[in-house]
Amino acid sequence: MNEEPLILAFCCHYCAYAAADLAGSMRLQYPGNVRVLRLPCTGKLEVNYILAAFERGVDGVIVAGCLEGGCHFMEGNLRARRRVERARQLLAEIGLEPERLEMFNLSSAEGTRFAEIATTMVERVQRLGNNPLRLDPKRIEHGVQEISRQAEVMLAGEKQ
Amino acid sequence: MIVADRKKISEIRDMIKDHRRVLLVGCGTCVTVCLAGGEREVGILGSALRMALRLQNRGDVVVDECTIERQCEDAFIDLLAPRVSGYDAICSLGCGAGVQALAERFPKMPVYPGLNTQFMGILESQGVWTEMCSGCGNCRLGEFAGICPITRCAKRLFNGPCGGSRDGKCEVHPDLCCGWQLICDRAVNLGILDQFERIVPPHDWSTGLDGGPRKVVREDQCIAGLCSR
Repeated sequence: MNEEPLILAFCCHYCAYAAADLAGSMRLQYPGNVRVLRLPCTGKLEVNYILAAFERGVDGVIVAGCLEGGCHFMEGNLRARRRVERARQLLAEIGLEPERLEMFNLSSAEGTRFAEIATTMVERVQRLGNNPLRLDPKRIEHGVQEISRQAEVMLAGEKQ
Repeated sequence: MIVADRKKISEIRDMIKDHRRVLLVGCGTCVTVCLAGGEREVGILGSALRMALRLQNRGDVVVDECTIERQCEDAFIDLLAPRVSGYDAICSLGCGAGVQALAERFPKMPVYPGLNTQFMGILESQGVWTEMCSGCGNCRLGEFAGICPITRCAKRLFNGPCGGSRDGKCEVHPDLCCGWQLICDRAVNLGILDQFERIVPPHDWSTGLDGGPRKVVREDQCIAGLCSR
């Protein structure tokens, strides 16, 4: 692997995002390669969000939603799991390794688990190597920031 | 609605191999509803195709996206026309009618299908579509309790089920309902089973596709000068 991997984590506001926050509060060590993007629910995730991340050169994508049966919006995480499966099929068709994308379920109390997930995915992506579509790291960061900004605008809009 | 599904990305990538600027055109009508060729699917295919091309060292190929309300009508294709000159091929995510409408409208532009058009059908359950109509041009649903034996019986039988009907299922596939079982069950519910004692004569297929492409003409709607075809 030539460059440090960059991983984008689509995190549900009600669980994984809080778990990531807790991991920080607990001062747990996990690789700094993960950029967290908050969604109101993983049910908000669309297949094209995932593809947009890979197209911009991100090396791996984590989708982290509530435990099955524990979704704040009833079944958003179950829908997300199906969409992740479809995105993995598309990645295989495109010629990228489907293993670069994985969905996890965790609760907001599982800060330790979030750190484990981040470590697992970084190690996996290090084994696979950089995304062959990788751009200049600054452009990837810019792309990720742009996706995050759009997500925050969307979240702000939904609160109104 | 017309139901379609997406072609493999590798097939689409190979179709456009001789082009440098490709416009993906979605359709906002039937294929949006069956989740095959609407704005979202165009976005997904665009992203996937750009990645597949870059992995083949063809990252210089431009793949742009747009979706119009209906590809099978010139009035909507008009909205697309100003953009088309900037590209050297179109990949349509409309049904076969949409692809051909674009090809007819832009005679010098190669137009490729991004979808496989399947059938006219209904949404059976979330994510599942079923064929319901073969478009034979001579509808006889009134004689068959509202269930089409041409479309829903694998053998297109007009006079009762064949010997391959078992427990309501067709011998062609264990998941396929026997069309004639459906017709008989519904006839019993409607109290019209006795109507099925008469022999149904052969179907008049002259209204079907065998005579070449068909037209429907409403003369009262044909304003002189506007009927270009």
